[in-house]
Amino acid sequence: MNILDYTAVELSGKIKQGEIKVAEAVEAVFEQIDRTEETLNCYVTLEKEKALRQAAVIQGKIDRGELTGPLAGVPFAIKDNMCTEGTLTTCSSKILSNFVPTFSAEAVLNLEKAGAVIIGKTNMDEFAMGSTTETSYYGVTRNPKNPEHVPGGSSGGSAAAVAAKECFAALGSDTGGSIRQPASYCGVVGLKPTYGTVSRYGLIAYGSSLDQIGPLTKDVTDCAAVLEAITSLDVKDSTSMEREDTDFTAALVKDVKGLRIGIPRDYFGEGLDPEVKAAVLKAAEVLKAQGAIVEEFDLSLVEYAIPTYYTIAAAEASSNLERFDGVKYGYRAEGVEDLHPMYKRTRSEGFGAEVKRRIMLGSFVLSSGYYDAYYLKALKVKALIKKAFDDAFAKYDVILGPVAPTTAPKLGESLLDPIKMYLGDIYTISINLAGLPGISVPCGEDKNGLPIGLQLIGDSFQEKKLLRAAYTYEQCKEGN
Amino acid sequence: MAKQYETVIGLEVHVELATKTKIFCGCSTEFGGAPNTHTCPVCTGMPGSLPVLNKQVVEYALAVGLATNCTITQYCKFDRKNYFYPDNPQNYQISQLYLPICRNGYVEIDTPLGSKKVGIHEIHMEEDAGKLIHDEWEDCSLVDFNRSGVPLIEIVSEPDMRSADEVIAYLDKLRMIIQYLGASDCKLQEGSMRADVNLSVREVGSEKFGTRTEMKNLNSFRAIARAIEGERNRQIELLEEGKPVIQETRRWDDNKEYSYAMRSKEDAQDYRYFPDPDLAPVYISDEWLESVRRRQPELRTEKMKRYKEEFDIPDYDIEIITGTKHMADIFEATVALGSQPKKVSNWLMVETLRLLKEKEMEPEDIRFSPENLAKLIELTEQKVINSTVAKEVFEEMFDKDIDPQEYVEEKGLKTVNDEGALKKTIEEVIAVNPQSVEDYKNGKEKAIGFLVGQTMKAMKGKADPASVNKLLKELLS
Amino acid sequence: MANIIDDATIEYVGILAKLELSDEEKEQAKKDMGSMLDYIDKLSELDTTGVEPMSHVFPVQNVFREDIVTNGDDSENMLANAPGSKDGMFKVPRTVE
Repeated sequence: MNILDYTAVELSGKIKQGEIKVAEAVEAVFEQIDRTEETLNCYVTLEKEKALRQAAVIQGKIDRGELTGPLAGVPFAIKDNMCTEGTLTTCSSKILSNFVPTFSAEAVLNLEKAGAVIIGKTNMDEFAMGSTTETSYYGVTRNPKNPEHVPGGSSGGSAAAVAAKECFAALGSDTGGSIRQPASYCGVVGLKPTYGTVSRYGLIAYGSSLDQIGPLTKDVTDCAAVLEAITSLDVKDSTSMEREDTDFTAALVKDVKGLRIGIPRDYFGEGLDPEVKAAVLKAAEVLKAQGAIVEEFDLSLVEYAIPTYYTIAAAEASSNLERFDGVKYGYRAEGVEDLHPMYKRTRSEGFGAEVKRRIMLGSFVLSSGYYDAYYLKALKVKALIKKAFDDAFAKYDVILGPVAPTTAPKLGESLLDPIKMYLGDIYTISINLAGLPGISVPCGEDKNGLPIGLQLIGDSFQEKKLLRAAYTYEQCKEGN
Repeated sequence: MAKQYETVIGLEVHVELATKTKIFCGCSTEFGGAPNTHTCPVCTGMPGSLPVLNKQVVEYALAVGLATNCTITQYCKFDRKNYFYPDNPQNYQISQLYLPICRNGYVEIDTPLGSKKVGIHEIHMEEDAGKLIHDEWEDCSLVDFNRSGVPLIEIVSEPDMRSADEVIAYLDKLRMIIQYLGASDCKLQEGSMRADVNLSVREVGSEKFGTRTEMKNLNSFRAIARAIEGERNRQIELLEEGKPVIQETRRWDDNKEYSYAMRSKEDAQDYRYFPDPDLAPVYISDEWLESVRRRQPELRTEKMKRYKEEFDIPDYDIEIITGTKHMADIFEATVALGSQPKKVSNWLMVETLRLLKEKEMEPEDIRFSPENLAKLIELTEQKVINSTVAKEVFEEMFDKDIDPQEYVEEKGLKTVNDEGALKKTIEEVIAVNPQSVEDYKNGKEKAIGFLVGQTMKAMKGKADPASVNKLLKELLS
Repeated sequence: MANIIDDATIEYVGILAKLELSDEEKEQAKKDMGSMLDYIDKLSELDTTGVEPMSHVFPVQNVFREDIVTNGDDSENMLANAPGSKDGMFKVPRTVE
């Protein structure tokens, strides 16, 4: 079997058994990158030398029996909005195009502790603002299933890298669907954990109350292993939660008997592509056949999620991105002699159009006279949305639905109509507002061969239920 | 008849808290240090960094709030105040707008017309900014983030003050309370206490407030008093000329004794406050509040009352000794070790104050321990050393906190009390100073002083002057 | 309810956000902001009387650290990415008091 066809956990098994060397796996990945990276552009930065050095260190530890976990020796890609010490970290933006962090994100450190080898930093929508990875300063990333289509966003580079076997697994971040949607477009597994599960220290903030780091993997087993490795209580992050049941790999059991699955009617209205609808409903049938109790219900408030999200995310982003001013790090506009003009020129030249759009919107909704009507109002609606989910989870264990209304659009189409693009987030966005966990699992393809994703949503801290349902589906679906 | 104007003043006082570390990170707050050597990703606004709240900051804020009779906001949050400036690493300052930790308090000040309450509108926690230095050689400015993230409390008063004297009294009172709590050393000159003055004028008898201006850069009581005077006059002049007072921030230049408007079109003054999503709200339970209340130290007013009842020392002494908690602590500890209150207060009032003045030190800087002071007093009580020697020993103790007993032994400073040896020396002195002896016998009392001096010299100071005097008189009669 | 965003608003927002836009960009920004705000206006359809604004999704409170020094001198790292520095400090265009 081609080494690149192994899942992360399978690969690590082979490495621990001595059949494959870590360096071999790294070399295989780089060979693949040589073949496909020019077309796909998944990566902003590749660190071959560093990776090979790290591979040698990891190999030594494995040989001495010091590293025994399920991810030991696995080559990983990291989305370029997570700080990696000594490696360029750009958020796919010109304003950080020369920024080399002096510390690594906690999630990255956790992965390294588990024996992962970091291959490089993946392309993304600039500052995670986008749904297609077309707003990157470093060019678009293409969908490995069909290079004329987008890979999704904002973790498009990570999802594409996994799908194209340019790594064995990757980390992404999800603020409004940025892990789940590219996972569904590229045909890989992507999970956003409950808010506070994975430390945000070292994740360059976009929407602080919404951001979470999560895995993008080839299958659900890998996903559980990665989630387990990166979950930790971090005293450096005040929003980090202490969790007890973090042995997520124990949830990989094929059993959904009696599992109550709710399907929101409001997710299946106008705008949902019929092929996507069919695939998702078919997936529900698979679970039903395994003993799950599947029922339709009204979630409500679905159409208010997007304006709520964009108000809150833009407001937080406008504040989080104020630090990029050319003073302490990053790009500084040349030849500007006065302070405020320097700020303006640096930021205007350093940020792309979408980022500027959201910064302006965010500044506006927080500004004097508008704060109550926009920002505070959005926070109230957020409370209502959370309550709607709380009510739903009183009746159901898992909510099932599509990830996106369509399969991956063609490159160049989405940015022409920003509002239409925002509307594509309709199924993923409320989960971030409510802090809930959600997973995207491949459940079919459209007639053009573009992947379709099934979304399962859990109640807060219920990743295990989610993983069990996802694993069961994956094991039982057609073709398995 | 000329119009009579009343000055209406409110104060915003920023106090640097005496914590060991900054408010949101584990960097040291120690003063000095080469630029940017007390920094980390959090207080320099590095991408990906996150704040974590220092519990001691909350404790100090609660202590100050309770001591100023505030209502504690038991559920409070932090908000971001957004504005661009190089000394502000994130270009937002973490502060509290919507739910400040304390509200609706007051302090009492003494005025010629009696005691007066100055209201405190609110007290909130926030972080300090870094330091901007203007480079002298190049046309640029330089930023040092050592002070960025130092914890502050901002105390906002009601516009209850009517004169510079009242302002000074208010600041003095605040300073006394905060120093007593150990929450800050409150030194205006060093910047650990900063006052911004909000001032407006109105015709006497008017109920409406005039337009107020805010004045910054007031680094001493003198500057505050002069700024108040100057701004009052400036506003009155404007009003008399029929011109409006513009609401603005003005910077006071104490050297030139005038202020100028700090107007900037680049600053919209719209801070877009919103709750900081990176920090958890703070809930102060009744139990927590009660434990802070129980731990509150006795404040100055109570201490003064107690001293008057317990110790037989003059009111003036009480005022000076309780002027700082440190001195009061030393006083009480020394008395607790058995020393007589009057003796302790004497050492503090005379020699200690003298040396503090000479060395330009503050009472907070006193280094000697109550144990050593008690030992010194014991040595003089027992007449082991005389008063001159005692003063010398005290100076050493003041500088280096030496143990007086050990020092006296080491340097052989004990008073020679052996009457025989004393007598012998006196006889020698008498023998070589016939003129003085004659002067004394002829009625010049002063001559004995000279002879005592000569004896002391011969004894290398190690005699008790009173005994020498007595013995001399005996031998000469 | 149509939100007409005028030039003054874009100017104002530009000052708040420290962004300078070309005339073209300003026109586009006015349109974009207008349509986004129209969309956000949808929220006013919901009755939220009595609902507390929820800034934190879980009821976490009192996350503290102890007052112990844990950081030393990291000045080299702090200045490593500085676009301009001098004498161990970050260099910026002259600020006016």
